[in-house]
Amino acid sequence: MQFIQQLINGIHVGSIYALIALGYTMVYGIVKLINFAHGDIMMLGAYVGFFAIGLWGLPFPLALLVSMVFCAFLGVVIERIAYKPLRNAPRISALITAIGMSLLLENIALVLFGPDPRKMPPVISKEAINLGGVQISYLTIVTLVLAVGFMILLELFIKKTRTGKAMRAVSQDKAASTLMGIDVNRIISVTFAIGSALGALGGVLYAVAYPQIEPYMGMMPGLKAFVAAVLGGIGSIPGAMIGGFIMGIVESLTKGYISSQWSDAVVFGILILVLLVKPSGLLGKNTREKV
Amino acid sequence: MRGKKYVALFILVALVLGAFAGCSGGDTEAETVKIGLIAPTTGQVAVYGQAVQNAVEMAVEERNAAGGILGKQIELISYDNKGDATETVNAFNRLVDNDGIDAFIGAVISSTSLTIAPLAVEAGIPMITPTGTNLEITPIGDNIFRACFIDPYQGKVIGQFAFNELKAQKAAVMFNTADDYSVGLKDAFVAAFEAAGGEIVAVEGYTGGTDKDFKALLTNVKAEAPDVLFLPDYYNTVGLIADQAKEVGVDATLVGADGWDGVLGVSPESVEGGYFANHYAKDDPDEFVQSFISEYTEKYGEAPNALAALGYDGAEIMFAAIESAGSTDKAAIIEAMGNTSIDGVTGHIVFDADGNPEKSISIITIEDGKDVLYGKFGAK
Repeated sequence: MQFIQQLINGIHVGSIYALIALGYTMVYGIVKLINFAHGDIMMLGAYVGFFAIGLWGLPFPLALLVSMVFCAFLGVVIERIAYKPLRNAPRISALITAIGMSLLLENIALVLFGPDPRKMPPVISKEAINLGGVQISYLTIVTLVLAVGFMILLELFIKKTRTGKAMRAVSQDKAASTLMGIDVNRIISVTFAIGSALGALGGVLYAVAYPQIEPYMGMMPGLKAFVAAVLGGIGSIPGAMIGGFIMGIVESLTKGYISSQWSDAVVFGILILVLLVKPSGLLGKNTREKV
Repeated sequence: MRGKKYVALFILVALVLGAFAGCSGGDTEAETVKIGLIAPTTGQVAVYGQAVQNAVEMAVEERNAAGGILGKQIELISYDNKGDATETVNAFNRLVDNDGIDAFIGAVISSTSLTIAPLAVEAGIPMITPTGTNLEITPIGDNIFRACFIDPYQGKVIGQFAFNELKAQKAAVMFNTADDYSVGLKDAFVAAFEAAGGEIVAVEGYTGGTDKDFKALLTNVKAEAPDVLFLPDYYNTVGLIADQAKEVGVDATLVGADGWDGVLGVSPESVEGGYFANHYAKDDPDEFVQSFISEYTEKYGEAPNALAALGYDGAEIMFAAIESAGSTDKAAIIEAMGNTSIDGVTGHIVFDADGNPEKSISIITIEDGKDVLYGKFGAK
């Protein structure tokens, strides 16, 4: 019974990691860039969600929407300013820019909002439903439904829509896509917008679950989501989701059965192990198309 | 050409050294008594830092209005350290090297106070930490004092209280492995609770700051069905744990230490019905306590927390020591501090050989989202 409870704890935090991991994997799939500022976009999303709920008094779904739209816009702007000029530069330059962008966003948040943590109002009840000794809170259910729902939407979007098809084409071959009349710049913007919006969603859900919003809150979840994306095979969307859930579950089980101090070590140890055995990640090879 | 450069460099160095020599050479009688203060007025524990800062400022203003110490006005020089060790060292060096302080109050939390204490010993400056409760701080040097009680004492009282007053048989503890304060309290609580005859059913450690998910640990705690869950951490983390305890369905009585002061501003619903040890209670009928509260409330628009009370007491102890030393001679101040015997907001204060005050502890319970004094206890 306790094991099932630990599993549920892991699925809760894992679904948030999965949402954030999607942003890393999509951007990598399209422009081969690891967007290290993604965790900080998540942090800004959490702040916008906090202001929308706490200050402007918006209902939760609307606040979520505002936060996602804001971050989608922010993601596009960041790409235009910081990454686009370096698109043909060596990859290391783009990576360094991404790290710089991450530090910039953290420090902007520090200046704008100060270092004091803000507390997210309890918008989703943390009361738990008891199912034969297992406690599942409404918050866990809402988080899971939202996360899985948006992941399915993303899958459909990429598989069914024209833009989705264009994204898949660009991820395979940028030059050929241009020749076929695809506006590559627009597709890259769309990718950043969607990835950042999902990051914002993850950020707000994270802030509701662990209600302390501060400028550095994106660092750890961002890093873990990045690891999740690599674990699943960076560039692969199902891989990012599976990687996210694995990370969350392993983390919770380690905390529950070994020791809290070991959880990060075990999580990153698994990453090293996977990379040694299967460098492309769990689903890296199966998917030829990377978006 | 090269030779000329060296000559220029030499002159420059000589000038700079000369300038410094001029500084230390012009050591005339100072017109003010300079007191340094380091408090984390921003950051994770800003609630503590601001309270101490406010209270010390209030004490200084009162004292200056009444004529100051030794016929001089007090000049308070304070820096923010954000609760961070590196910033603390920088700030302290600035206070000693540039500002030339006579005495030092701070730092507020245990870990940064531990950082400063050896530096204060080196500089020979009288230091009082108003609120650093960790055991290791005062033994670092004879010039280090504190206004609050120590963690082992506090943890012992809480452990005995949980067994004797709350009638708890089984207790669980969750503590921050990366924080001296939390580890010290855990050890003392476990020892006292077991010595009293209780059983410790779970001890779970976590890494504070980065770790915000406590549900896995709480699930383990819940499986042991303890009567009380002891949470020796600061209010922000306590709030997070208490919220998640509710989510997981832990129904043990939550018990904590003075780090809980301020938790009502974070998670009032989740800690309802909990108990924690504190330095003083706002509803204490004592006259001196009530006049301090009304004065502070009038000045800052909010009731003082325990940290403010300790900050005030810390400043008062320092002023009294300088006064009775009769000069700003550092060794004389240190000796006078050891012989302190004054009535503070947090009780009558005398120091033991290590520079730790001996006084009673208030146990506070949270009822209807308010702190209520349950009783005053001392270690048996």
